[in-house]
Amino acid sequence: MARVKFLCDADRCIECNACVTACKNEHEVPWGINRRRVVTINDGKPGERSVSMACMHCTDAPCAAVCPVSCFYTTADAVVLHSKDLCIGCGYCFYACPFGAPQYPKVGNFGSRGKMDKCTYCAGGPEEDFSTVEFEKYGRNRLAEGKLPLCAEMCSTKSLLAGDGEMIATIYKERVMKRGYGSGAWGWKTAYKETVAI
Amino acid sequence: MKAQFKIVVAALAIIFASVMLPAAAQYNNFQPTKEAVQEDKLLQQLKEGDRLSGRISIPDAKAASLIQPQGQSWRDFHQNKLPTIGGVVLLGMLGALVLFFLVRGRVKIEHGFSGQTITRFASLDRFAHWMTAGCFIILALSGLNVSVGRIIILPLLGPETFAELTHLGKLAHNYLAFPFMAGVALMFLLWVKDNIPNKLDLEWIKQGGGLFSKGKHPLAERFNAGQKVVFWIVMAGGTVMSVSGWFLLFPYMAPDGVTSLQLMTTVHAVLAVGFVAAMLAHAYIGSVGMEGAFDAMGTGEVDLNWAKEHHALWVAEEQAKAAAVPRNSVPAE
Repeated sequence: MARVKFLCDADRCIECNACVTACKNEHEVPWGINRRRVVTINDGKPGERSVSMACMHCTDAPCAAVCPVSCFYTTADAVVLHSKDLCIGCGYCFYACPFGAPQYPKVGNFGSRGKMDKCTYCAGGPEEDFSTVEFEKYGRNRLAEGKLPLCAEMCSTKSLLAGDGEMIATIYKERVMKRGYGSGAWGWKTAYKETVAI
Repeated sequence: MKAQFKIVVAALAIIFASVMLPAAAQYNNFQPTKEAVQEDKLLQQLKEGDRLSGRISIPDAKAASLIQPQGQSWRDFHQNKLPTIGGVVLLGMLGALVLFFLVRGRVKIEHGFSGQTITRFASLDRFAHWMTAGCFIILALSGLNVSVGRIIILPLLGPETFAELTHLGKLAHNYLAFPFMAGVALMFLLWVKDNIPNKLDLEWIKQGGGLFSKGKHPLAERFNAGQKVVFWIVMAGGTVMSVSGWFLLFPYMAPDGVTSLQLMTTVHAVLAVGFVAAMLAHAYIGSVGMEGAFDAMGTGEVDLNWAKEHHALWVAEEQAKAAAVPRNSVPAE
């Protein structure tokens, strides 16, 4: 089994937000929740870069470590998923997550947190593959269809890469060697305790 | 005419060149290699509690935070520091109480029950106490459960039942916060006048409250120094727990987003541990630890001998008040 990862080549990202839109549309994510977002660093200054960020599916994931009800699990492909049946909407994963991935619908008491929602790497959830319940709770299960996450699949500049960690690291390394610069594999050190050596 | 036009064009060309060329040169000098933001460098420049943020075009401004390394410290606090602090403080307090009970035993009423009682707490006093105490117990248990229940209770109940229980605990924690706050406020209004520290308290503390030596009862008014300490622990603790709790109840209103929420959960959790430890001691001395003490908050009527031993000045004052009203007087109709 592969260890899947995300890699955003910030030197290619043009901040078109298509990944954000595709994700929302594919999974019919409700209003106010963004599983993926594009953040622009040094906006308007020399060296400006945009980074597409979502759940990084960390090794030794902080969310899973702090969850009071142990609702997280890691699949054979190293995708970090959670059960919305167990989630109590306490917000602990949001405090621990370095990437701001966990999102909550405002349906709890006093309009606070409902059950957590985050990027599933287009891998659904604990429900039966392709079932209506799975789609309603977690969105499309593209991985079970043999496809990669839609955000990366449709990225127009191929900035956002998804797939086997070593394979996408090789692609990124080749790019950096060829063009002579790169701003780094964003979030890799934090998420995977390693970076792409060039 | 033609020569003049040429001069004007030449002059304009010179002006244009002098303005535009440096800008163009600057543009040509820009090297993406050197000047691209480097994640490594940016992360190294961050100070404690900082986040790597940028600009975002979706309406959720809080999503502009890209990486917040502080989450790892919070994880360390929650997974390692808090269980250590909690374990040491709570088990330490339980151990100390058991040890105290074994050494000192139950504090007895020296002169035995007199059979006569005196009203210590009216029904409003007891209502305020038990409303706060009842909420406190459930808040403490649900708080403990959300912190360490996964290690202790989850294996016993299984994931589904445990998640259901913890969810009910969360709801109880959110709603019971309000009667708890009301109770603390009511107790403040009812008892603050008798809880102002004075000279008598110093003497009481010097004698260790008579706790460690049989037959010794330092003078006390309505509340002795120990009770005053409990009162102010509840007031200060209740206030800080309430303020930090409000932030956590309304997470979307927190001014600094995740950073302030991390701070508030830390304050809330550490203080809760100390608060629960203090209340364990309070509950011990008010029930098992001292003969006759529970009646004060039970029926509200305490034995006269108990009252004379522990609150001699208060009894004298109450009796003086009662004597001022003739016993057989018939109330005016």
